[in-house]
Amino acid sequence: MPGKLKAKIVAGRHLPVMDRASDLTDAFVEVKFGNTTFKTDVYPKSLNPQWNSEWFKFEVDDEDLQDEPLQITVLDHDTYSANDAIGKVYIDIDPLLCSEAATVISGWLPIYDTIHGIRGEINVLVKVDLFNDLNRFRQSSCGVKFFCTTSIPRCYRAVMVHGFVEELVVNEDPEYQWIDRIRTPRASNEARQRLIFLMSGELQRKIGLKVLEMGGNAVVGYLQCFDLEGESGLVVRAIGTACTLEKISTFPATATHPNNSSPSKDMKEPGFGEEAPGVPLSSGPPTPLRAQTFSSFSPSKSYSRQSSSSDTELSLTPKTGMGSGGSAGKEAGPLKALLRQQTQSALEQREYPFFTLTAFPPGFLLHVGGVVSARSVKLLDRIHNPDEPETRDAWWEEIRQEIKSHAKALGCHAVVGYSESTSICEEVCILSASGTAAVLSSRFMQDGPLDTEHRFEEVVSPGCGFCHIPYDELNIPFPAQLTYCYCCRRYKVPDVLFTTIDLPTEANVTGKGCLIQARLCRTKKKAQGEGNATAISSLLPFLEYELHTQLMNKLKLRGMNALFGLRIQISVGETMLLGLASATGVYLTALPSPGGIQIAGKTPSDITYEQHISTMQKKINDTIDKNKELYEINPPEVVEEIIGSPIPEPRQRSRLFRSHSESSDEVSELDLSHGKKDAFVLEIDDTDAVEDIHALLTDSPTPAGFYSCNTEIMPGIQNWTSAIQMFTSVRVFRLNANLTNQGLNKIFSDLCENLLKSLYFKLRSMVPCCLCHLNFTVAIPEDELIQVAVTAVAMSFDKEQPLENGKQSGEKTLIKAITENDEQLQFNLELNAETSSHNPLSSPKGLSEVGSHLSARDRCSSWIEQLKLKAHTIRRGSVKTTSSLEKASPLPEGRSRSLRSNRSYSGSSVAVVKMTPLSFIPGAKIIKYLGIINMFFIRETSSLREEGGVSGFLHTFIAEVFAMVRAHVAALGGNAVVSYSMKECVFMENPNKNQAQCLINVSGDAVIFVRESELESTSVQTQSATTHTSNGGEGT
Amino acid sequence: MSVELDVFVGNTTIMDKEVYQLWLNGYTVNDAVKVRIEGGVMEECEASAEVLLSDTMDQYRTFQMCERLLHHPAKLANQLLFQIPPDRQAMLIERYYAFDDSFVREVLGKKLSKGTKKDLDDVSTKTGITLKSCRRQFDNFKRVFKVVEELKGPLVENIRQHFLLPDQLARDYAAIVFFANNRFETGKKKLQYLTFQDFAFCAGQLINNWTLGAVDNMMEDMDVDLDKEFLQDLKDLKILITDKDLLDQHKSRVNNETSHPLSLVCNALRGKTNVFNEMEANFKNLSRGLVNIAAKLINAKDVRDFFIDLVEKFIEPCRSDKWTSIDMNLYLTHYTNSAHILDTFKHHAVWTRYMGVIKSCILRMYHD
Repeated sequence: MPGKLKAKIVAGRHLPVMDRASDLTDAFVEVKFGNTTFKTDVYPKSLNPQWNSEWFKFEVDDEDLQDEPLQITVLDHDTYSANDAIGKVYIDIDPLLCSEAATVISGWLPIYDTIHGIRGEINVLVKVDLFNDLNRFRQSSCGVKFFCTTSIPRCYRAVMVHGFVEELVVNEDPEYQWIDRIRTPRASNEARQRLIFLMSGELQRKIGLKVLEMGGNAVVGYLQCFDLEGESGLVVRAIGTACTLEKISTFPATATHPNNSSPSKDMKEPGFGEEAPGVPLSSGPPTPLRAQTFSSFSPSKSYSRQSSSSDTELSLTPKTGMGSGGSAGKEAGPLKALLRQQTQSALEQREYPFFTLTAFPPGFLLHVGGVVSARSVKLLDRIHNPDEPETRDAWWEEIRQEIKSHAKALGCHAVVGYSESTSICEEVCILSASGTAAVLSSRFMQDGPLDTEHRFEEVVSPGCGFCHIPYDELNIPFPAQLTYCYCCRRYKVPDVLFTTIDLPTEANVTGKGCLIQARLCRTKKKAQGEGNATAISSLLPFLEYELHTQLMNKLKLRGMNALFGLRIQISVGETMLLGLASATGVYLTALPSPGGIQIAGKTPSDITYEQHISTMQKKINDTIDKNKELYEINPPEVVEEIIGSPIPEPRQRSRLFRSHSESSDEVSELDLSHGKKDAFVLEIDDTDAVEDIHALLTDSPTPAGFYSCNTEIMPGIQNWTSAIQMFTSVRVFRLNANLTNQGLNKIFSDLCENLLKSLYFKLRSMVPCCLCHLNFTVAIPEDELIQVAVTAVAMSFDKEQPLENGKQSGEKTLIKAITENDEQLQFNLELNAETSSHNPLSSPKGLSEVGSHLSARDRCSSWIEQLKLKAHTIRRGSVKTTSSLEKASPLPEGRSRSLRSNRSYSGSSVAVVKMTPLSFIPGAKIIKYLGIINMFFIRETSSLREEGGVSGFLHTFIAEVFAMVRAHVAALGGNAVVSYSMKECVFMENPNKNQAQCLINVSGDAVIFVRESELESTSVQTQSATTHTSNGGEGT
Repeated sequence: MSVELDVFVGNTTIMDKEVYQLWLNGYTVNDAVKVRIEGGVMEECEASAEVLLSDTMDQYRTFQMCERLLHHPAKLANQLLFQIPPDRQAMLIERYYAFDDSFVREVLGKKLSKGTKKDLDDVSTKTGITLKSCRRQFDNFKRVFKVVEELKGPLVENIRQHFLLPDQLARDYAAIVFFANNRFETGKKKLQYLTFQDFAFCAGQLINNWTLGAVDNMMEDMDVDLDKEFLQDLKDLKILITDKDLLDQHKSRVNNETSHPLSLVCNALRGKTNVFNEMEANFKNLSRGLVNIAAKLINAKDVRDFFIDLVEKFIEPCRSDKWTSIDMNLYLTHYTNSAHILDTFKHHAVWTRYMGVIKSCILRMYHD
């Protein structure tokens, strides 16, 4: 009897009219947990009932507490006939089971009905009293924290990273049970919703058990997915990374954050406890923050204080990498190999050395090999025992083994940024897994070896170390062109790097990045069973090859040399396969400058043809030039000259390109106008290639003031404002029958492009802004339909970039560190006010110049301000100030200061909840994680036209899902959801029957954040004319 | 090939003010797109017509979903479906309840019934405002009317609190409700020159001075109906015209006052001997007109004709004599004041209450 769940039903509001005669409702509530049900009294004739019930108490096992949701049903009492259900609320009580998360759920939650949508709200109070259970054989795993965030959550530090955890549970899908023929759609939907709630609860509990077994206390990068297999069942599976996390002590004292995935913001705030705010100005050790970050990361016994300070020194001066570091590097060579072996053996003991993390604590990620992926096609109707998970487990095992061996081939012992996905069409299922092969430091591993080793690891400059090849250069697993690293010039780097992880914060990047997408459509013959599976299997490699080619070409076209956050999605339909690869392209300073793209014709006799080619070539060259300017890619020429000659490698220009064999070195080098490197040659020998080149050039550039990426952060943009706007956009496109591959490609590509264009237009008021974490999901819901769903966040930034010359890559990080330290919130606020008066669309160059002057001046003034401020805060203690409404308002244009409107809305009871797919909130600090949000909803209608057609139906549903997520977060006491994602959006329609159904699954981490301005400054209050109660305050 | 479904949902609901206005004005999606293209938003943002259409459809859908909430503005603040910053909420409400002066002039004083609603297509053709917009405005009037009809307390304040409207708009609605309730005639040809704001001003005067609430704000229903007792008392004023002595006395006092040599203004007035003479000649007619209006107000039918009477009995004669507003002001001031010094006139309070409103209404309605 280890837990007591208590629930109290307070009131309802905005209930629907259930009694036509009186236009009122006689509502009462059923509260159900497991098999126990309580009821409130009927509150007669009211749309705003006040039940104010007693505390309903459920005494249950903690196992049930983890598995079951609390189910609240609101009904309308009817004396003569059956009571009518108004709607339901499912409450996941998991956040209450962890001492560090939420303690109470209290607030207005939407009452949801699968047919009618949200029907009013109910105010509830839920608490859990948990008794300690020391039973070793327990089945529950209460207290294990779950995070969707794929990096070490802010306000925690990783003591240990244990590794991969996975679990899979199967059940019969209620929609396919015989009973579904006789029950109502509502009953069927509710059965399904409830089942999925139960299954994800069970899954989470089981994963938790595994984590406890491994000695961890948390799962980071928790990724849960549903497979709606249809007849053969409903699968819920999850993967994650088990960690031991430690909460960083009370927040005002925190000097640093042990995270690295964030754009500087977090590192920006010096804690109150820090000795003197003047430190960052001194020219001595320039990054005291980094030092602390390091030491804060080495709590495990193996580290002595000394060693950590020594590695600080080494890592602080990136120049060591070039100068004095040379000898150290040689010395380290053999030792390094030794240690690699050790780590490797440590990792090999694990079944799967996989990590779902995409960003890592500093020093964890040593080298990156490249993307590894595996796919397999399975037939669902061949599962022997569909109700048991064995078959699926075996399938996944197969794929994971393959991934593991791929990684090994790349000389890597680990896979990071790992994810799994499926695509199902009828009885065919494609299982996919992908990740980035990498070499990791053993410092966070349980069985990490000696403490001396990490010193050598640190020798490698953090800005380029991860680019250095992990594999043996004499035994390269694929044809690649190796050069010496352009940063440290000691290790070899590949010419191009593809990864599935986020760009490491310490990476040296030249210019800005951008979203790069490869899109592909391939027709397929309609087939059944085995034949179908074979057809798909044989198509897959071509699809992947072409996607890869497209990615490579587009990358070159933008003058970049690396991809981060690569996600390749392959979706299967009856008559076609869709492939969509998205990634963020960047120019890594450490990698060689990419050559241009050269077009070669096969029949040189024809003069017009030649002309055609040369105009095309010119177009491409112009585009590359334009892109370089756009993304501010001007790699340091100096470095190139020095490095250019000593490259001993025979030049080999061959990777995966259609016509590499045809061209001779000399010719191409003479023709090249781009860079000093080799060009990739595209040969136009068939219409296919012409199409490709056209497609290459039709990608329209992002409009002025916009940037886009699918990773957490955009290199080259630091000063985010607090204006963020998360959104989901869904489009379904109907195709004509009988389209050729090219026609399909064009349509699909246009669909994605137009969607992006629409997004830019919608968000034009936020310029200058960056669309971050642009996550596209494609599906083929029906034969001739293509569905594209995008979830992303638009974040505004200040155009004035204080650090915008990527000339000296080494120094850049230093400058960054300094500026990060002193350009506090103060500075940001001031700049904010200034930018608003600027014309954001005026020439970026002029502005950035002005900006740098400004920033220099402001930095000084902000320093003084800050000193004053600090004195002030110390005197007053930790005074919480209120932030202005203006800051909190997510829409920058909404900066009106109407006092009247304030007055009339002061009574608003709805707290603002921010949502973002990123793991952080710009300009704010996450002070508490309240637990994971994992919700599944079904909505169905049989009056599609009346609800505004398919668009109206889905629009309402998505808005409702957002509303429910926000309400649940607010009830937990939170004011934001981070790492939010919409993992499933299955839409089915039958317009002839006027019906539609949609399933949505969303997840994220509920958090409490505090504005940096609130944490730090008290004078902000006096500065800003309009001060209001902060959203954060309302939320808590 | 066609886009079958196209939605965009933001965590913070994105609403474009310009599109909102087009929606309120009753434009169809296609017309709205045309207007936007002409507005040059495309060049500004490098967008295509397709993008614009998608955006407009999306916004229209959002507004339609919000409309139900806008009918009860208080709900907008504590609903959960849309996360809208407070200043945006205020904008949405304010614009939703805004109306066209030309439209309101057509329905002002009419019963807000189904019958009137049926005639809105005529109003639409006459004013050039789309039928959709007319319907929205009409429904707004009706909704506000229905809600405040049942409420106690000051009219303007009730409207402001229930519909979260800014002060000026709340006052305008109070005027509309007041006119609809008392069914004042405003559509006659002779009244066409008056703007809605003229009437709204008069309504404000009437509400503040002639209703029950004006004397005692503890009473129910007070701001919408005129104070019956007061209307009864107004009959007593008849003495001013029925009693020959009183009438003459009043006339001479007014004349003396206006012609007093020490009064500079009067000098100015006297300069225009023409006006002065006319005034003298017309005094009896004018006075009779005003007092008769007062005496008849007890009949609901005559209340309706209040404004037409004012115009016919007072404003028109003065206008034909080419009075200026200053002349008018002077005359009415003296006319009011001098009645108090008449020996046999006793009804001072009623007279002040009556003439105060009459004077400001006439001054407002008198367009030079």
